[in-house]
Amino acid sequence: MNPTLLLMLLLGLSAAGYYFGRRRAFAVAGGPKKLSSLHSRPTYYGALTALWCGLPALFIFAGWLILEPNIITHLVVEQLPEEFQQLSENQLNLLLNDVRNLVHGNIVSGEISDAIRSAADRYRHLQAVSNVSLSVVAISVGVLGMVFLGSRIAPGLRARNQVERIIQYLLILCSSIAILTTIGIVLSVLYEALRFFKAIPFFGFLFGLEWSPQMAIRADQVGSSGAFGAVPVLTGTIMISAIAMCVSVPIGLMSAIYLSEYASSQFRAFAKPLMEILAGVPTVVYGFFAALTVAPFIRNLGGIFGFDVSSESALAAGLVMGIMIIPFVSSLSDDVINAVPQALRDGAYGLGATQSETIRQIVIPAALPGIVGGILLAVSRAIGETMIVVMAAGLSANLTANPLQAVTTVTVQIVTLLVGDQEFDSPKTLAAFALGLLLFVVTLCLNVIALHVVRKYREQYE
Amino acid sequence: MSDSTINAPASLAAMPSKRTIDVVNAGLAKRYRAEKRFRIYGVTAIILSLCFLTLLFVDIISKGYTAFWQTKVRIDVHLDPEVLQGENLQTADYPGLVKKSIRNLFPDVQGRKDRRLLNGIVSSGAAFQIRDLVTANPDRIGSTVQLWVPADDDVDMLMKGHMPRDVPEDERRLNDKQLAWIDQLQREGRLQKTFNRILFTVGDSREPELAGIMGAVMGSVYTLLITLVLSFPIGVATAVYLEEFAPKNPWTDLVEVNINNLAAVPSIVFGLLGLAVFLNFFGLPRSAPLVGGLVLTLMTLPTIIIASRAALKAVPPSVREAALGIGASKTQMVTHHVLPLALPGMLTGTIIGMAQALGETAPLLMIGMVAFIVDIPGGFTDPSTVLPVQIYLWADSPERAFVEKTSAAIMVLLAFLMTMNALAVFLRKRFERRW
Repeated sequence: MNPTLLLMLLLGLSAAGYYFGRRRAFAVAGGPKKLSSLHSRPTYYGALTALWCGLPALFIFAGWLILEPNIITHLVVEQLPEEFQQLSENQLNLLLNDVRNLVHGNIVSGEISDAIRSAADRYRHLQAVSNVSLSVVAISVGVLGMVFLGSRIAPGLRARNQVERIIQYLLILCSSIAILTTIGIVLSVLYEALRFFKAIPFFGFLFGLEWSPQMAIRADQVGSSGAFGAVPVLTGTIMISAIAMCVSVPIGLMSAIYLSEYASSQFRAFAKPLMEILAGVPTVVYGFFAALTVAPFIRNLGGIFGFDVSSESALAAGLVMGIMIIPFVSSLSDDVINAVPQALRDGAYGLGATQSETIRQIVIPAALPGIVGGILLAVSRAIGETMIVVMAAGLSANLTANPLQAVTTVTVQIVTLLVGDQEFDSPKTLAAFALGLLLFVVTLCLNVIALHVVRKYREQYE
Repeated sequence: MSDSTINAPASLAAMPSKRTIDVVNAGLAKRYRAEKRFRIYGVTAIILSLCFLTLLFVDIISKGYTAFWQTKVRIDVHLDPEVLQGENLQTADYPGLVKKSIRNLFPDVQGRKDRRLLNGIVSSGAAFQIRDLVTANPDRIGSTVQLWVPADDDVDMLMKGHMPRDVPEDERRLNDKQLAWIDQLQREGRLQKTFNRILFTVGDSREPELAGIMGAVMGSVYTLLITLVLSFPIGVATAVYLEEFAPKNPWTDLVEVNINNLAAVPSIVFGLLGLAVFLNFFGLPRSAPLVGGLVLTLMTLPTIIIASRAALKAVPPSVREAALGIGASKTQMVTHHVLPLALPGMLTGTIIGMAQALGETAPLLMIGMVAFIVDIPGGFTDPSTVLPVQIYLWADSPERAFVEKTSAAIMVLLAFLMTMNALAVFLRKRFERRW
């Protein structure tokens, strides 16, 4: 039975369990008139039956689907002839891929030997057995749960309390997914990065001045020795982010000030949603805009003034990234500026300050921690932004301070190293995870500091 | 003390020019100028950002609006029974038929090179069109049919004015001979621009004139379905737990800090997680909407949780107290009273999260949804791509015609996003309650 159908069937079974439980409750109570003899409303008996029927079966279903491929693969490998068992892990994986392709009816690489064909047959056979047994096990667990609970339904059964406890546990389970995600990120990135640092020394990575991740795959290849010094990549990231901040901070901050202090409510209602459209445009669209419109424009402009501008200049990517971040800076600053108490402004007006003096000397200093926090969040977003730089910034890791030249960033390198076919034991692929770790740690620090500052500041005026 | 009270009027009388009001008046003009300047800075900032917005949209629309039309060529194809005989109509020489009918239009073109150039006027998709026609109506073999087939992308670009005619011949993709042929076709009424149905009905292709976004749109639909089905219940459950049930303890604090941090983790890091955990550890298929949906779920969860918590916070405590007061249990209070009131806000947050997920590209590149896929995906585990990734792929293609297609795909993507956001705004306006 295919998994989707089985899932539907299990859901249907739970629904049946609900009606069964409810009817049992009515029957146990002795008719609709005597419901007060029950501990809970009949629907709770139904819900409890449905939960007992569906939950264990669903857990078995999920666990089975996760474990099934590995177990089947293991069993198939065990049955392979002696000479295949001696193969190295990589070759074995290639072989297994062939087997799987054969099972799914895809095109296989090379000739199919009898051994592979019989392995594929075995694979198919095991899959069929596993499918049937999963269906049988899951459905019988569901039915058993339903029957077990049905037999326990009695006026004294505290159905509501039990249902509520199960719901509580489910809620806790859901809320722990956030923690699991963080743990998953840290573990997956850290594990691969540690494997990378076994091959490349940590300080060589952090302080090395040359980045050329092309490794020689065969011993006789020329020219690609592989150098993993992250400094050029980091300076590129910093330069593009700095350009972006130079664009977004003044524009974002000034528009936030104007919108919250000067603008009439009509103008605000008109301009604010328009600015927020900028935040809703997907980054890949900005990337397209940067690569096909802004970069050629800057190159031509530079040509007029006699500058030699690369067609993948840091300036183009940085400018467009700055445009993307404007609404981010402006809405965060808007929030903190609005949080400054009116009494402070009134005090300044009372002393005879003009509006701009009040803003510059009272409001901004009062809102400064919040604004700085917002800017830090914007920096972390600029560092982690991917599509604009992938499309508009270069691939070559130049160590330069000239914004008209092409530079590369951490995110660009991660994408280029990991898109396409990869093997998971070359330092080239693992380097992407080391860069990912760096990116995660840096943005995490920025976020923690920024959130702390913003929260501290909010408490001050609340 | 007494000194100053006595001296003050005397000193003022002695130096009448130093009165405070005069000092203020003297600086007033300058201060008003500064005030005006400051206001102008503010207006400039807003105008600049609105200019960027307009520029972005004008640029994309001006580059892409022509993609909704396509140049077609009318050819008269003789469905030669000699070519189309035999069992297998699928493998007959359809390109030969196309070439023959083009040659009939220009009988005086000689030489292999020129003929090849001539054949290049019509897209290679013409042969498939004839094949489909013949397979559907085998009884028309032997007759001559008139067909509008797609022109090659270079002809299309020329007709739409994206390829200038007045540059030297060797800088053009079409040479003078081809231009003459195209002009002749146009004079004979054999060239026509029609609505580009191909763009909306087929998957990707290496030939710009045969490439469509349907495959990517379906991939996006499957991916978003998974994301919605997983992230909405989990997000709402987490928000309800944290807002209504969670005791104030270090575990709860940890969860909260975590959610706030996850909201600001770069999206590409979620891609690394998906690659390492879903693909390498659990062995899920590459390029599948299932994995894409899982990754996007983890990415949008913080957005949905934060919005749902705000919606729950907005429900006044009096509602909760009233429910508890008449004997409802805590779960009953939440499910019967608080949740229904908070639901519009939660839905708004979810739609905004979905819009974010729809526009997301980077994490999907990591899990292999960047492959060149021609077929329209039919399920959650079929290899597929999504709309933003399709835009990325097309933007990388060198042909001029793909620039137009990319812009058109961007317009479609933006249209989807605007619809979703408009729906969110509508929901907020319609169901917003002030307590």
